[in-house]
Parts: sequence; C-alpha cells; structure tokens
Amino acid sequence: MVPLWMFLVVAAALFAIGLFGVLARRNAVAILMGIELMLNAVNINLVAFWRYLTPDTMMGQAFAVFVFVVAAAEAAVGLALIVAIYRRRQSVVAEDVNLLKW
Amino acid sequence: MELTIETLVFAIFSIITLAGGLGVVLARNLFRAALMLLVSLFGVAGLFVLLAAPFLAAVQILIYMGGIAILIIFAVMLTRGMVRAHKVMNEQWDVAAFIALVAFIVLLVVIIQVAQGDGAPLPQAPVADVTADPTVSLGASLLDPAQYVLPFEVASVLLVGALIGAIYVARDDEAE
Repeated sequence: MVPLWMFLVVAAALFAIGLFGVLARRNAVAILMGIELMLNAVNINLVAFWRYLTPDTMMGQAFAVFVFVVAAAEAAVGLALIVAIYRRRQSVVAEDVNLLKW
Repeated sequence: MELTIETLVFAIFSIITLAGGLGVVLARNLFRAALMLLVSLFGVAGLFVLLAAPFLAAVQILIYMGGIAILIIFAVMLTRGMVRAHKVMNEQWDVAAFIALVAFIVLLVVIIQVAQGDGAPLPQAPVADVTADPTVSLGASLLDPAQYVLPFEVASVLLVGALIGAIYVARDDEAE
C-alpha cells in the first residue's frame, strides 16, 4: 500500500493551497472555500493516521466526523453572514467590511 | 515502491484533489471556483475510500458535495454582481503566497524528519488490517457511553444552534 508520508504530503499541499486562498482572495465566499479546503486537508490527515497507526480504535474516524459537523455549522453561519452583509452593503469583498478595523 | 493499482488510484485522486484546490483558489470566476471545489471534495472522497473509510467517503459526498458546496453555490448566486470581479486577489497576495509556501515547506520538513527519525518512523504500510466493518465500529463507538456519545450530543446541539443562528442572521428584516 502507499506509504503514510505520501498522504501527509498531499494533505500538506492541500492545506497550503487553502491557506493561500484564505489569505489572498478578496471575495468572502472564496475565503470560505479556502477554509473548506483546509478542513479537508485536516480530515485526510486524521483518516490516514487512523488507518496506518490505530485501525483498531475508531478515534481518527470519530474526529473526522466531528470535523464534518463543525464544517457544516461554519459554512451555514458564514454564508448567512455573507448574505446579510451583501443585503446591507451590496458587497461581499472582505476589504469593504472594515468598520471594526483599527 | 512498485507501481500497484493502489498507487495509481492514490496518484489519480491526489491529482484530482490538488488540481481542484488550485482551481478553487485561482479561478477568476467565482462560480467556476465553486465547481472546482466540488472536484476537489470528490478527490478527497476517493482518498477516504482508499483509506478504508467508506462511511466517511459517503458522508463526504452527501454532506460536503451535496450540502456545503451547494450552499456555497447558493451564496454565490445570491450575491449577484460579485461573480466576475475585476480583481480576484487583494494587494497582499504575494505575501499570502509566501506564507502558504513557507507553511507547506515547514510541514514537508516535519514530515521528512519524522519519516526518517529514529523515534517512531512513519509506517510504510498499515500496522494492521481493518478486520471489523469500519462503519459498524464507527457507529458503535459514536454511541458508546464510554467513548464519544457526549461529543456526539454536543455536536448535534452545535448544529441546531448554528442553523437557527444562520436562519436568524440571513432573514430579511424589511420583508415583514
């Protein structure tokens, strides 16, 4: 089977891609997509470590399930905020929402 | 490492995942970025199947691709006029690229060090085969009072709270 480090490298690359998206994109929806990519990279790591190191306990998979739940909650609240901001200011560019910026 | 079917499948799904991720980040059209997110999530589901986690792969397709990604597409369509922006990246995108690159290199160095370290090196193959059905044991451990039943219940409360909050925040105030 594929050695564990290859899964870790793929997850690290996906995490870096998501991090770039979060930091560089202007659109808030695109930032949220970058966060989803980063969460997926974490999930790959959790499941890979579960499969290679502790396949007898279900710890890794259970953690991945909770990451799913938190990701769903985060997407729902984040997108609701984005829609509310768009309704008020006709913009979803993160730079335009700077009222609390110091 | 010889070229087996598993290696080939791993390579295909990894390329799908990473290419989709790059498409999400780099696409100028936001709707196209959302579609590339679907592609990337599908690649991750394939990796889950390869890792003997069929339930997580199904959840990935149902919740992530069928739920979250569609929610994101709804948000893209509800925020009209934002799909094709003149500038996709902010002014600090080069700094962001540098930070992402540094993060990737740091992770790579850690992986290489651990893989070659004399402590507990990363295994080349799983330490044991998955004997029991992983879906059955996952369900049993999620509802086992000695294991994860409390986080399970807290997660359901979190979901209810988040969804009610989302409905309240996104509600149109002037519509009533």
